[in-house]
Amino acid sequence: MQILTILIPVSLLLGGVGLAAFFWMVRHNQFDDPEGDSQRILSKEFDDQPKQ
Amino acid sequence: MTDSTFPEAPAASACPACVAAPMARRIAASGARADGAERGALMLSLPDIRCAACITIVEKALERHPGVRSARVNLTLKRAIVDTDPGITAEALIDTVASVGYTAHELDPAALSATATDRQGRELLMRLAVAGFAAMNVMLLSVAVWSGAEHATRDMFHWISALIAVPAIAFAGQPFFRSAWAALRHGRLNMDVPITLAILLALGTSLYETAHSGENAYFDAAISLTFFLLAGRYLDHRTRAIARSAAEELAALEVPRAERVTLDGTETVDVATLVAGETILVRPGGRMPVDGVIALGTSELDRSLLTGETLPVFAGPGQAVSAGEVNLTGPLRVTVTAAGRDSSLHRMADLVAIAESTRNRYTSLADRAAGLYAPGVHILSFLAGVGWYAYTGDARLAINIAAAVLIITCPCALGLAVPAVTTAASGRLFRRGLLIKDGTALERLAEVDTVVFDKTGTLTLGTPVMLSPETADPALLALAAGLAAGSSHPLSRAVADGAAVVGVVPETVEDLREVPGYGTEAVWRGRRVRLGRAAWVGAEAAEQTSAWLGVEGQAPTAFLFEDRLRPGAEAAVAGLREAGLTVAMISGDSGPAVRRFAERLGISDWTAEALPEDKAARIAALSAEGRRVLMVGDGLNDTAALASAHVSISPATALDAARVASDIVLLGEDIAPVAEAVRTARRAVRRIRENFRIATVYNVVAVPLAIAGFATPLVAALAMSASSITVSLNALRLR
Repeated sequence: MQILTILIPVSLLLGGVGLAAFFWMVRHNQFDDPEGDSQRILSKEFDDQPKQ
Repeated sequence: MTDSTFPEAPAASACPACVAAPMARRIAASGARADGAERGALMLSLPDIRCAACITIVEKALERHPGVRSARVNLTLKRAIVDTDPGITAEALIDTVASVGYTAHELDPAALSATATDRQGRELLMRLAVAGFAAMNVMLLSVAVWSGAEHATRDMFHWISALIAVPAIAFAGQPFFRSAWAALRHGRLNMDVPITLAILLALGTSLYETAHSGENAYFDAAISLTFFLLAGRYLDHRTRAIARSAAEELAALEVPRAERVTLDGTETVDVATLVAGETILVRPGGRMPVDGVIALGTSELDRSLLTGETLPVFAGPGQAVSAGEVNLTGPLRVTVTAAGRDSSLHRMADLVAIAESTRNRYTSLADRAAGLYAPGVHILSFLAGVGWYAYTGDARLAINIAAAVLIITCPCALGLAVPAVTTAASGRLFRRGLLIKDGTALERLAEVDTVVFDKTGTLTLGTPVMLSPETADPALLALAAGLAAGSSHPLSRAVADGAAVVGVVPETVEDLREVPGYGTEAVWRGRRVRLGRAAWVGAEAAEQTSAWLGVEGQAPTAFLFEDRLRPGAEAAVAGLREAGLTVAMISGDSGPAVRRFAERLGISDWTAEALPEDKAARIAALSAEGRRVLMVGDGLNDTAALASAHVSISPATALDAARVASDIVLLGEDIAPVAEAVRTARRAVRRIRENFRIATVYNVVAVPLAIAGFATPLVAALAMSASSITVSLNALRLR
C-alpha cells in the first residue's frame, strides 16, 4: 500500500497538467476554428506562429 | 475531407510575396492583441470555402494584396479576418478573392462584435473541464472504497476526494450558485435552488462523515452532478451561440453605408452619420437607407418588401421614398428627411420590440417542469429528514438521508432533457437550412395548427418570369429581347430569359439606351422602338405586371409577367397540410395575382391587398379563436404579423426588421424545409416529454430506496449516470 503515496499524487499531477494545458489552449483561441485546423494540417504552408 | 481536384498550393519559395509575408506576420504578432474591430480589421464572409487548398489560396491572394498586413481564414465560421493598413476598402479585397475564384461578402464587424469572443461559452467550457477532471479522479477513488477499502485507507481516500471535490465544485458550480442566489433573493424558486442545495448538502454531510470516519461519502455524487448539469448548460449555450452568430452574420452582411453627395462628388459614409437635409446618391440595385424625397433623377422603385406589391412604381423628383425600397433603373439623388432612429424602418422595428416582449411570457416545458419539481423535491427531502429524526432521534442519520434524497432526485435528467433534444433538433434543422433563433421556438412550433403565408418574397421569389413566351410572336419577342439587353431591370431580364427559353435569338438594334423610370429605346430598321411602361409606349396600363413593346407605326404589344414561385413552395404547402395544419395566404399584392398563386398551390383561404394592419389583425383574430398561428413572411408589411404570431419564420432574403421579428430564419432559397421544421419540432417535443418520463421513472424507483435509507453512494452514482445517459441517448435519436 505504500506505493499509493507516490501513485496518487503522480496521477493527480498528470491530470492537473492536462487540465492546465486545456486552460491554456482555451485562453489562446485554439478552439476557435476546429474545422480549419483539421484542414490546415494538409497544407504545405507552414504556420509556425499564430497570425493574429 | 481533402479535395484532390484543387491544384497544389505553390511551394513557399515560389511566390514573390512570401518574403514579405513572414515580416507582416511578425508585425501583426507584435502589435496590440486587441479585438478585430479595434484594429480596423476587415471581415469577409466566404460562403463557398470548404477545403485546405481554399484556405491557402485565399490567404495568399489576400496577403499579396498591397496594404494587407495579414489575413486569416476561419473555416468553421467561413470568414476571413484581414488586418489592413488604413484606406484599404473591402471592395478591393472582394475583387482579389473573386480573382482566385471565390465569392466574398463584406461583413459589418460592429454587428458581429457580440460573438467575436464567446466569453461565456469559454467560461462554461473551463468549468466543465474542471468538473470532468475532478469527477474522474474522485470516481476512481470511490470505486476503491466501494470495492472494499476500509478504516484508514477508506478515510484517506475520502480525504483525498474531499481535497479534489471541494475546490473543484467551488469553481465549477458557480453558475448554479449564482443563479440560485439570485432567485432566492427575489423570493422565487428555480431549478438551481435544489441543485445548489443538493450539492452543498452532499458536500457538507460527506465532510462531516469523513471527519468522523463514516462509511458513506457522496463526493463523487456531488461532483458528477455538477459535471452532468454543466454539460447540459454548455449544450444549451452552444446551440444558442451558433444560432446567434449565424443570425448576426445575416445582419452583418448588410453593411449600413450610403453615398453622401458633397460639393466635389460623393463620399461613402456610415448610414448612422446621415442627418436630415443631406443629399445621398442611390445607385440602381441599391436599397434606400433612409426616408427622403427624390431631388433628382427618374427610376422605378421595387416596394415589394414594404407593401408586397410586385409591380414596380415610377419614381421622379418630388416623390417621397421610404427606407427599404429598392431602386431599379436610374441613379437617384435623395434628400434625407428622416434617418436612423426616426426612419420608418426603425419605427417598425420598435413596434416589433413591443410585440416581442408579450411573446416572452411563453413558459417553456422546462420551466413548467421545474415549477413542479423544485418545491416537490424540497418537501420530499425535508419530510424524509423529519420522519427519520422522529423515528430514530438520530440527527446525523436524518440529515444523511435528506441529503441522499436530494442527490437521488438530482435534476440531471431534467437539466439534460431539454438542451440535449433542442441541440439535436436545431442541428438537424440547421443542416436543412433553418436557423432556430429563439430557445422556445421549437416548442411553440410544435403547437401550431394554422399557417399563414405572405406571398411576395415568401411563396414567390419576388423576381418576375415571362408568362408563356411560346405563345408570343417570335419576331416581336426577338425585338423585345434585343431592347431588353440594354437594361438590368428585372422585367428586361425576364424578357431576355423568356426569349432564351423558347430559343429566340435577340434582334440587333442600334442606338440602344435606357431611359430610367420608363424603359429602353432604340432604332431598328430605321424605326424607333421602345420597351417599357404602358404610358410611355402609348398603351393603356394593364392590371397585371407587364412590359409593352412599341414599334413606330404599329399598335403596342404587351408581354405579361408573373412572379416566380419559390422552389419547394408546393411541397411546403402539401407537407403542412399532411401534418394536419390549415394553410392560408395573405398578401398586399393585387387580387388576380394572389388568386392565381392561391389556386396553383391549392390554398382556398386567401386575402389580397391587405395592409400591414390587416395582416396583424388577421393573426390576432385567429389567436382569439384559440388557434396557434405560424406566420411565414419577409416584408416590412409582415413584421407586425410576424411578431404577433405564435411562432414565425422568415427567409434570409427578408428585410432586416422582419428577420429580427421572426423566431426561425430560412437560409436557403427552397421553402420546403418549413414543413420539415414542423415535423421535427413535434418530434422534438415528443422526445422532451419522453425524457421527462424517463427521469420520473428513475425517481419513482430510486426515491423510495433513498427514503428507506438504502441509497448508498454507489446506488446514487449508478442512478444518476444511468438516467443522464439514457436521456442523452434518447435525444440523439432525433439527429
